[in-house]
Amino acid sequence: MRRVAPKHQRLLLAGAALLAVAGAGLSGAYALQNRASYFYLPAQMMADPPAATRAVRLGGMVERGSLRREADGITIAFTVADDRGGRVPVRYRGIAPDLFVEGSGVVAEGRLGPDGVFLADNLLARHDENYVPRELKDMHVAGAPGGAGVAAAARR
Amino acid sequence: MHGFANPRRFLRLARWLVPATLALGLLLTATGLMWGLLRVPPDRLLGDTVRIMFVHVPAAWLGMGGWAGLTLAGVALLVWRHPLAAIAGRAMAVPGLVFTVICLVTGSIWGRPSWGTWWEWDGRLTSMLVLGFLYIAYIALSDAYARTAQLSAVPAIFALVGAINLPIINRSVVWWNSLHQPASITIGKNAIDTAYLWPLLVSALGMALLFGAATLMRMRALLAHIQAEARLRREASGAPAALARVGG
Repeated sequence: MRRVAPKHQRLLLAGAALLAVAGAGLSGAYALQNRASYFYLPAQMMADPPAATRAVRLGGMVERGSLRREADGITIAFTVADDRGGRVPVRYRGIAPDLFVEGSGVVAEGRLGPDGVFLADNLLARHDENYVPRELKDMHVAGAPGGAGVAAAARR
Repeated sequence: MHGFANPRRFLRLARWLVPATLALGLLLTATGLMWGLLRVPPDRLLGDTVRIMFVHVPAAWLGMGGWAGLTLAGVALLVWRHPLAAIAGRAMAVPGLVFTVICLVTGSIWGRPSWGTWWEWDGRLTSMLVLGFLYIAYIALSDAYARTAQLSAVPAIFALVGAINLPIINRSVVWWNSLHQPASITIGKNAIDTAYLWPLLVSALGMALLFGAATLMRMRALLAHIQAEARLRREASGAPAALARVGG
């Protein structure tokens, strides 16, 4: 048998160790999948509703035409949708972030009520990965804020 | 590569490379940042806060790039027993940590006006914070081992194991639903308008050069420190005449 030079042996060992660490880490991280997810998509929440006592997050797009303000003036109601067909109505009492508009991404923190309405204690705006100057926005992203990127994220 | 095994050759190269990278890095960083702060138009959604991108994004790239450098230095140490590799690792860890912290702080400042929160335990934010902790651990570990005169493989192995965090940071916005938006620049795709892309690239190149300059300066300082320690040790154990000279 041909003797392997120690240097090459170490190279092989280091390569094998790197591969093993990468494999272990990646499969572990991949297995976390939904447990490490920051929010539920509406379709996931409808398929497997969390208990009303659990604090959860719901993320998706604010459906166009769904946003309305209730009579008390500070409660807003809207529908969070994804393009897997999931739709969950949300009620929130408080001040929404500046970037919160119809057709844009949102993450709502709160609880899913027994009637299927999500009661949010806090709203976070979510934006897409497109950076476009105001003057050019119509050329780049068809439609209004949020656009394709958040929709693509919601697709996952 | 083993041409640089002798620190003297490395030091000769570093002597002119340090001022060159430092000057060019400062110039490009200043250009990129001034361009980004003063000349670019506001973003359609984020408005003026888009200007944080010119610090935040290069810092994120360099924080991650620094660990990739630590991993390469670790491999060079383990496989080729390259004498400068341990010093390069120790030198790179500090600017790597600094850029990671800059990324976390500017990200937090950016998150408040755009998302409505300073901090959330989302996949991207958390894995980047873990990178910061890994840097701190690496610095503590490699400094502790540097005190023993022998070359140790332990920090190099730690760098290799820690490298697993890099693909996790990169994929965190794909695998898990996250508050952080997906990558704007990927292979074959760019979602950043050229009005922002050019100043971003200039500032990233400038900061990368500053990273390189800081690394080279630290390598020189570490080598000088090792040399001084060795001389002291020699003289302490050597002729009394030498001792008298040090004492006098």
